[in-house]
Amino acid sequence: MFGKLTLSAIPYHAPIIMGAVAFTMLGALIIAGLISYYGKWGYLWREWLTSVDHKKIGIMYIILAFVMLLRGISDAIMMRTQQAMSFGPDHGYLPPDHYQQIFSAHGTIMILFVAMPFIVGLMNVVVPLQIRARDVAFPFMNSLSFWLTVAGAMLIMVSLGVGDFSRAGWTGYPPLSGIHYSPGTGVDYWDWAIQLSGIGTLMTGINFTVTILRMRPPGMTLMKMPIFTWSVLCTAILIMLAFPPLTVTLAMLSLDRYLGMHFFTNTLGGDVMLYANLFWIWGHPEVYIVILPAFGVYSEVVATLCGKRLFGYTTMVWATAVITILSFSVWLHHFFTMGASSAVNSVFSITTMLIAIPTGVKIFNWLFTMYRGKVRFETPMLWTLAFLVLFPLGGMSGVMLALPGADFVLHNSEFLVAHFHNVLITGTLFGMFAGYSYWFPKAFGFGLDEKWGRRAFWAWIIGFVMAFAPLYVLGFLGMTRRLNHYTNPAWHPWLEIAFVGTMVVVLGIVFQIVQLVVSVRNRERTRDVTGDYWQNGRTLEWATASPAPFYNFATIDPVHEIDEFMYLKEKGIAYKEPKQYRDIHMPRNTPAGFVLGGLSFVLGFGLIWHIWWLVVLSALATLVTVIVRAMNDDVDYYVPAAEVQQIEEARFKQLKETDPLLSGQALQHTHTPVILVHEAQQS
Amino acid sequence: MTTKTVADLSVAAGYSVKEHAAGHSASQEHEDHGHAAAISRTVDGFWLYIMTDCILFATVFTGFAVMSHRYAGGPTGKELFDLPYLFGETMFLLVSSVTYGFVVLAMNRMNKGGVVGWLMVTFLLGLGFISMEVNEFYHMVAAGNGPDRSGFLTGFFTLVGTHGAHVTLGLVWMATMIFMVMKKGLTPQNQSRLIRLSMFWHFLDVVWIGVFTIVYLRGVM
Ligand code: HEM
Ligand SMILES: [Cu+2]
Repeated sequence: MFGKLTLSAIPYHAPIIMGAVAFTMLGALIIAGLISYYGKWGYLWREWLTSVDHKKIGIMYIILAFVMLLRGISDAIMMRTQQAMSFGPDHGYLPPDHYQQIFSAHGTIMILFVAMPFIVGLMNVVVPLQIRARDVAFPFMNSLSFWLTVAGAMLIMVSLGVGDFSRAGWTGYPPLSGIHYSPGTGVDYWDWAIQLSGIGTLMTGINFTVTILRMRPPGMTLMKMPIFTWSVLCTAILIMLAFPPLTVTLAMLSLDRYLGMHFFTNTLGGDVMLYANLFWIWGHPEVYIVILPAFGVYSEVVATLCGKRLFGYTTMVWATAVITILSFSVWLHHFFTMGASSAVNSVFSITTMLIAIPTGVKIFNWLFTMYRGKVRFETPMLWTLAFLVLFPLGGMSGVMLALPGADFVLHNSEFLVAHFHNVLITGTLFGMFAGYSYWFPKAFGFGLDEKWGRRAFWAWIIGFVMAFAPLYVLGFLGMTRRLNHYTNPAWHPWLEIAFVGTMVVVLGIVFQIVQLVVSVRNRERTRDVTGDYWQNGRTLEWATASPAPFYNFATIDPVHEIDEFMYLKEKGIAYKEPKQYRDIHMPRNTPAGFVLGGLSFVLGFGLIWHIWWLVVLSALATLVTVIVRAMNDDVDYYVPAAEVQQIEEARFKQLKETDPLLSGQALQHTHTPVILVHEAQQS
Repeated sequence: MTTKTVADLSVAAGYSVKEHAAGHSASQEHEDHGHAAAISRTVDGFWLYIMTDCILFATVFTGFAVMSHRYAGGPTGKELFDLPYLFGETMFLLVSSVTYGFVVLAMNRMNKGGVVGWLMVTFLLGLGFISMEVNEFYHMVAAGNGPDRSGFLTGFFTLVGTHGAHVTLGLVWMATMIFMVMKKGLTPQNQSRLIRLSMFWHFLDVVWIGVFTIVYLRGVM
């Protein structure tokens, strides 16, 4: 009846796991309780869960990323505590079996359910605004992408309390992840969670490619696109090229596990190296999928907060494009040690090192943008500076790993762990934090608290260095990754330092939460009335109100410059009321995305536990939902011109009441005075 | 950038679609032709989807290529494949592509009856293809040569099965379209869907030619 699922799948006897489950459920209950208390279920359903508005979907993605970051960090704390303790006679508190699940879950969550949703979230919030579009090309598909990602994340959360998670690492290498060595359901949780979210991501890739290629306003040629939009275009293309192989690879692993096939088995013709190759043909582009948008954020932040146009726009675009292409030529560097000839290794070593060149171009572009600029040390800029200092270190250790000779020593050591955290945290995560603080006012209409932002920043920086610099040393001391216990006394002090560092990072996260609470409480003081929160925004997202009206822009005017908003301000026409309003064509909200996400979760659960009737039922229900949705031709509507006019006139009235200079003063306690382009706002 | 109209989209897809005089009032925004622009973007998006599906098939082909000689003591393609049978199977699919062409021709003449009729013919041909494939699979599995027998058979069943699964989804889509055209007629949305289904169907044809050549012809050679 319930396939492999019995009551014994719930780990009653493991107090640590049950504690985590109880904690998670408590959190969910508190949130549900608060929503009920304030009677907000209807609002939540109508305005958020069924929304196809890219701004709201973007915000929901980022909430998902933050929630999953908490889970990923909890896993990190547990691992760091274990490694700080379990030395010599002490075996710590986590048995190997549990420890393996934790590093597998941590890696999977951090990459696929923190970095990815954060990036897709920022893309959603920002890109349509930067290109003066009403929404993305396929708003319903956007909502579906989001809910598939949530379904994947939920499967991982459920694996905490029902059954267990994969023990095969985030890479899930066979034969370990095959049915012979991993007979349980853990690998299946990992597999289906990635599969569902991966399909969502693939749709995001298609969606943003079409959005950017087809929905730009007149005059915005490719070389006049804001640089963040450029990096998202490259990312979307990478997604379309890289995710299908992932889908196939995971499906092949499932076929091995479910139908006894022999893609990756040790017997009857299976080939584990096929898996390694296919996985990294996705996996390496994936690291650029998570870094390119972050580079885009830094480019925007540097230009705005230094009051200068971005240095070398054209080279920046070309560097991004070159990285996009090269990223498909390096995958083998993930397994130099696994039997390729030295000639093959050399080729991949060279292609890998080549990527450092366009990346270096970017670094210099950012530095030259700052040169002679008026650098404002606000939070987004702080993250950018930390990135500029710390990221090249991670890049350099990457170039070291790109040398096959060195890699034979460093492969799968803590040096590698230090390297990828160095690039993922100071590159991707800091970029996301920079974007979060930079565009938060655009999304919500008020700014984030600077004081707590700075505290969080410093805690993260100090914590990061303490937690990960020792790992470089540990790598040279011969410590391999994924260790549950060790006896070498030389390692112990370094691991203790790393533990303390992790605790400082946790402090940083606590400060970020405090920052959010404080900012919401003080929102009237940082209210953004002009829409141009940083006062010298350059691109179009700053031209509309904060938060933007649901249709984004009343009129779709032609574009003249890369930094179009700056151009309009300089010409004094940034805040001109349009002569005439028109009806606006908008997509309708729909519950279909939410329903399909829910059904795919049930489908995944059924597949994991071999509950075949549930699989058939949810697959049929999915099909019916898709068809019903397809039958519905009433998916859009026109907003009458009068309604647009009313909303816009209210904004212009407010703009006139608040002299732009004064609105700057309202923000004085957080902002250093800047050179404003006022004439613009007067007209 | 100028926005494409429904007429352009048909060029993009290689067909001509008649636009219904939707008649939006002059006050409605011209930068964005409302439905027409949305439909044309949908076709663009579908092209991109087909491209990703190409990559998906390329990966499965790679899997097959790696596995193609790993017989593990089991049967080889020569022993298993019955070329005349497969030729018949192939004909079903190829002819169904031609009959889908007639669907589009009928659509261009706004001939609803013709569209439904040719869709049904195409559906039956597709069904014939799938039935023959299932029959082939059934006999192989029954003879103990299922996908778990060897690496070669793993690759074979996965590649041919992935194509078959696509065709099956295409059939479900086609059945839905028959129903939708009968119910709502040749609305612009339905025309757009028919064109996308047409792209999908021809695409599967092309993939099958690859499968037939690489799996079957090379297998018996
Ligand atoms: C301060 C925050 C973090 C800490 C303290 C931390 C700590 C750890 C530790 C202790 C491990 C296991 C290392 C080993 O195998 O010996 C690990 C693995 C890993 N971490 Fe993190 N991590 C953090 C943040 C992140 C972030 C933000 C990402 C990605 C965006 C990430 C991605 C990974 C991956 C992919 C693995 C490999 C998992 C595996 O071995 O399969 N981590 N982390
Ligand atoms: Cu790589």
